[in-house]
Amino acid sequence: MDKYRIEIPEFCLVAMVGATSSGKSSFALKHFKPTEVLSSDFFRGMVADDENDQTVSTDAFDLLFYAARKRLKGMKLTVIDATNTQERARKEILDLAREQDVHAAAIVLNLPEALLLERNRSRPDRGYPDGVIRRHCREVRQSVRGLKREGFRFVYVIDSMEQLENTQIVRTKLWNDKKDDHGPFDIIGDVHGCCDELEELLSVLGYVRGAGGYAHPAGRRAVFLGDLCDRGPRNADTLELVMEMVKGGNALAVPGNHDVKLLKYLRGKNIQTTHGIDRTIAEMEARGEDFRSRAADFLDGLVSHYVFDGGGLVTAHAGLKQEYIGRGSMRVRDFCLYGETTGELDSYGLPVRLNWVEDYRGKGLVVYGHIAGKEVRILNGTYCIDTGCVFGGSLTALRYPEREIVSVSAKKQYYEPAKPLEEKEADPGDMLTVGDFNRRLRIETRLLHTVDIAEGNAAAALEIMSRYAADPHWLIYLPPTMSPCATSALDGFLEHPLEAFEYFRLRGVKNVVCEKKHMGSRAVIILCRDAGSAKKRFGVTDGSRGIIYSRTGRRFFDEGETETALLDRLDAVLTRTGFWRDFATDWVCLDTELMPWSEKAQGLIRTQYAATGSAGRGSLDAAVKALERTCARKNLSFDVADSVSGQNADPGELLARFRAKKEDIGKYIDAYREYCWTVKTVDDFRIAPFHILAAEGKVFSDREHVWHMETIRRYITGVDPVFMETPYICVDTGSGESVLSGVRWWLELTGSGGEGMVVKPETFIAKENGKLLQPAVKCRGSEYLRIIYGAEYLEGDHLRRLKKRGLNRKRTLALKEFALGMESLERFVNREALYKVHECAFGVLALESEPVDPRL
Amino acid sequence: MLLTITWEGKNTRDLGYLLRKNPDRAQSFKLNYGTAYVFYPEVSDERTTAALLVDIDPIDLARGKLGSHEGGLFDYVNDRPYAATSFLSVAINRVFGSAMKGKSENRQDLASSPLRLTATVTSLRDRGDETLAHALFEPLGYTVSVSRGMLDDKFPEWGPSPYIDLTVSGEVKLSDLLNHLYVLIPVFDRQKHYYMNEEEIRKLMEHGEGWLSSHPAKERIVKRYFGAKKGLARKAIDRLATGADEDDETAEEKEAAEEAEEEKEERTPLNTLRLEAVKKAVLESGAGSVIDLGCGSGQLTALLLREPRIHRLTACDVSAAALERAAHRLNVDRLPSALKGKLSLIHGSLTYRDKRFDGYDCACVVEVVEHIDPGRLPAFERVVFEYAKPQTVVLTTPNREFNVNYETLSADSLRHTDHRFEWTREEFRKWTEHVCEKFGYACVISGIGNADEAAGQPTQMGVFTKNG
Repeated sequence: MDKYRIEIPEFCLVAMVGATSSGKSSFALKHFKPTEVLSSDFFRGMVADDENDQTVSTDAFDLLFYAARKRLKGMKLTVIDATNTQERARKEILDLAREQDVHAAAIVLNLPEALLLERNRSRPDRGYPDGVIRRHCREVRQSVRGLKREGFRFVYVIDSMEQLENTQIVRTKLWNDKKDDHGPFDIIGDVHGCCDELEELLSVLGYVRGAGGYAHPAGRRAVFLGDLCDRGPRNADTLELVMEMVKGGNALAVPGNHDVKLLKYLRGKNIQTTHGIDRTIAEMEARGEDFRSRAADFLDGLVSHYVFDGGGLVTAHAGLKQEYIGRGSMRVRDFCLYGETTGELDSYGLPVRLNWVEDYRGKGLVVYGHIAGKEVRILNGTYCIDTGCVFGGSLTALRYPEREIVSVSAKKQYYEPAKPLEEKEADPGDMLTVGDFNRRLRIETRLLHTVDIAEGNAAAALEIMSRYAADPHWLIYLPPTMSPCATSALDGFLEHPLEAFEYFRLRGVKNVVCEKKHMGSRAVIILCRDAGSAKKRFGVTDGSRGIIYSRTGRRFFDEGETETALLDRLDAVLTRTGFWRDFATDWVCLDTELMPWSEKAQGLIRTQYAATGSAGRGSLDAAVKALERTCARKNLSFDVADSVSGQNADPGELLARFRAKKEDIGKYIDAYREYCWTVKTVDDFRIAPFHILAAEGKVFSDREHVWHMETIRRYITGVDPVFMETPYICVDTGSGESVLSGVRWWLELTGSGGEGMVVKPETFIAKENGKLLQPAVKCRGSEYLRIIYGAEYLEGDHLRRLKKRGLNRKRTLALKEFALGMESLERFVNREALYKVHECAFGVLALESEPVDPRL
Repeated sequence: MLLTITWEGKNTRDLGYLLRKNPDRAQSFKLNYGTAYVFYPEVSDERTTAALLVDIDPIDLARGKLGSHEGGLFDYVNDRPYAATSFLSVAINRVFGSAMKGKSENRQDLASSPLRLTATVTSLRDRGDETLAHALFEPLGYTVSVSRGMLDDKFPEWGPSPYIDLTVSGEVKLSDLLNHLYVLIPVFDRQKHYYMNEEEIRKLMEHGEGWLSSHPAKERIVKRYFGAKKGLARKAIDRLATGADEDDETAEEKEAAEEAEEEKEERTPLNTLRLEAVKKAVLESGAGSVIDLGCGSGQLTALLLREPRIHRLTACDVSAAALERAAHRLNVDRLPSALKGKLSLIHGSLTYRDKRFDGYDCACVVEVVEHIDPGRLPAFERVVFEYAKPQTVVLTTPNREFNVNYETLSADSLRHTDHRFEWTREEFRKWTEHVCEKFGYACVISGIGNADEAAGQPTQMGVFTKNG
């Protein structure tokens, strides 16, 4: 005998319907995964330790539905294994299906009453009264006919044991599921009968007209976003063209509200002939019955939305909010066709649309039309590409996966819009939402897979961001922390370049670049060609053209004048050297060191560094003088036997020791003074760029550091003294001679007051067996370290004790922050949503709230 | 750190007996945190000077092994090895303990008599407050002289050093001088290197016996002596005032200590006036649900929580530490369920859209807006007026014009270091107009606090009501 086929969607809510003892549970367990089946008996057991305790049914079902809801939220097929013989019980299931926008299926076991009675009597554990079985069987028989009417989309009834044993369940894909179809696609916005423009657009996109309509030689396909007809001049032609392409496998289409209305008309239903459908009707009437009937079938067969490319692309006429994607219900269909409104009316008397885009956080790109605007509107990974062709705008296609926008202008205005075309708002609805950040974050990065941010760190970052950071639109990169090289074993050194070279050599990095470490403050500079491009690309609305911000995302200069002056000077340089032209960009993001240190760190220098110097100098001076006078006394003796307490001390030794301390504090003061100077005008600043991080369409992390250095030399430094070069040398870690020259270079740098150097692998991103290496390690000079470890850190036993320091924590942080920094740049360059870019910057700040020895 | 004590008079070599340290030797004393040395730079019949030099181990300091639980103080390079601080007081007590008690085996007569003594202490941190040294020592009968250098000679624009070298001299008993120094040296610094507890009050009472309770600056001394531990300071002040020696920490005291903790720029009366004015505005709006945006330590929330008309109350702050203080103030863990049911505390930001802010009748934004960078105000406006859009927003902010009435504020300076701006009345009015126009609100502006004819009132309040 043939198998009895039960076809249900792979994602749906299944209600088992059948009398007790009819074998529902065994059936369910035979055909579904145990985790897919939620049995009322099981939940009774969970609540009351007894699967048959009917007194706890209410609580058991509460729990069952709670679990079902969680599964459906995650789009998991769910089977409800209860008798479900009464309509009241089934209604609860249908309500859940509607709430979760999922189709409901009923599988009914309508087995002969006599069989069940016999089976029940032979069960020692249960033994329901016969009346119960009879009642159930009667209820099942009475229910069968009405199940479709009740709202079950799929109903299967099994009437005999034979059928029961021969049943096969087949799970079908949802109609909207095109996840296996990876494109490439050209998604085309609302045509509204503008067939001339459509034909032009198709040829611009590379489609060629052939026997089966337009086709792309490279196999690309068009996806039409609906609203093919009405208002325009060639509605029937448009319909025919699209039908032909779909039939030939060269296009897919989702329906728009106008298409659905046309279908109603074609099916002979009464409609209002408003909003331009009169033109379509006239054309359709002229076409004849055959075309009209084919058109109606075509429109009837359209699926309200599609999910393509493993979920990477979603198309729907009016867009689709995240929780509806991939689901099927009338509510979802209505959303796809009409969108959702808030119930309010705007000043034109038109309904105000629900701004689902603002809340969209899905991974898939949602491409939609429906709302005519002057240009394509991109937000949170959604694209509205209805550019109002019929209203005299343009017809637009989005190429996927390229995300390229291709438009052709309307030949004329064919129809007067009810209100002016939606402008891209001056301040688009791209507010950051706290719900994206005040929790544990898992940030997927290209370099390190996932970076985890604990909730507590996220909370700290929220505070820092809110209180200190600049407009998040600017924060496309926060620089990572940098680890020092391993602690040197050499006498008299805490850090030494040999360790830096060794770190990279041992990890297979032959060539490294040593860059002078300027002692200033890390500054990220973003410069746009003008305020207009800043607004357009970054979405900043305060009229600024760029920003200089610190490693914590804080604006460097409290007053705007200095910042503006420095940015203008940078622009003058970039314009003069042809940077804008050669890089074909309107903006650039630079990683730099800004000097003097005293400018940004003034508070710290005064209250901590200089204060310590001042206290030290004062008290050590006095101590040395007092000891000198003591030593100069003639009658001092050292051999008095008894003493109340304490040990005898040698004043000569004390004097020598305190003289050394005095000398140390002097060196310490010299060390910090080296990095301080007074800024009177903008001319007194020095900015040393060392990475050209990104420009339009490009993150320069694939270029070697020498490229960065030389490109900076060519385009940025040497023109205006404010922008200074960073000296660097290349070292071959495998060559003793080369390594020694690196050491000598460092000794020279630090001997003349330099902070030290940064050693980087020659490539921007270096890995060893797929494992990310430190992007840079610093190697600081002995004198400089006095201002980190204290004036006397080289004296006596101090250095030996200081050498016990652990770097692991710092290095792990440096890697994570580097991965996040690169990730945010990539995301920004790829025009990902603001919250996606912000997440990375936020992550860096969160990591920075980890306690790490600040002297590293 | 260095202390010298000089006696001028006859047979001044006897200073050695008084201090119980032989003038002809140098001695060292091991301390927990380093070593103290005593030696005599000059010894003669007419004039003898003893020096106490304390050498702190800077590495232990930097590693946070020494000192308090607040390791952060010691993380970077700092002045602890050099400045005269509580470390010096502890050394005085340890090395000159019997002299401090006024005891001398051989020269009790001298120990009990006033002598012509001069003490110098190097690198005392008064943070530029010239009056401090005088206010502390002159009431005790000393002639005070202070010398102060530049913070850094190379950068005169950085101004004077926050440290002074202090010389005090007078006719005084040696024990008194030592006790004065013991108590008053940490008063300059305001940070204690060790963990403080009740024992510290006992020590203060012991060393301050006979002079502290009548010292005109006693409140200042006690507050600064306890540094961050305001609770201890309050108790010690009470004890000095009443002479009482016992008590349990009462709820009121806790409250008082917390009030003191708040680094409010103004005195409590204005704060109280402001909270009352805000409460009145909230109640007049008829609001049943209220959100306190930027609740800080929860003063306003506490006030509103007891209002029966308010059935839903949420306190929000961006600082997790502030929320903890608020939870403590509001006693959330022990609230009766009726009150607890209507209260929630949430961590949130006013520049991020937050759906948890939706659906309140009234939002209070009290002394908050001036903490937001001007560049971020548009985001704040949208979060409150576009998205949360409560029927009523009660917002207060300082009136900058009034600042002329604060003696301690120099021209151009703001009332709090974290204030990003303070608005004049005109600026505030313009801003409210901008908000009203953009988001569809109407605003009534008023002032809070005692009015100055020209400058207006210290606080300005705007009550925004949504149109339509």
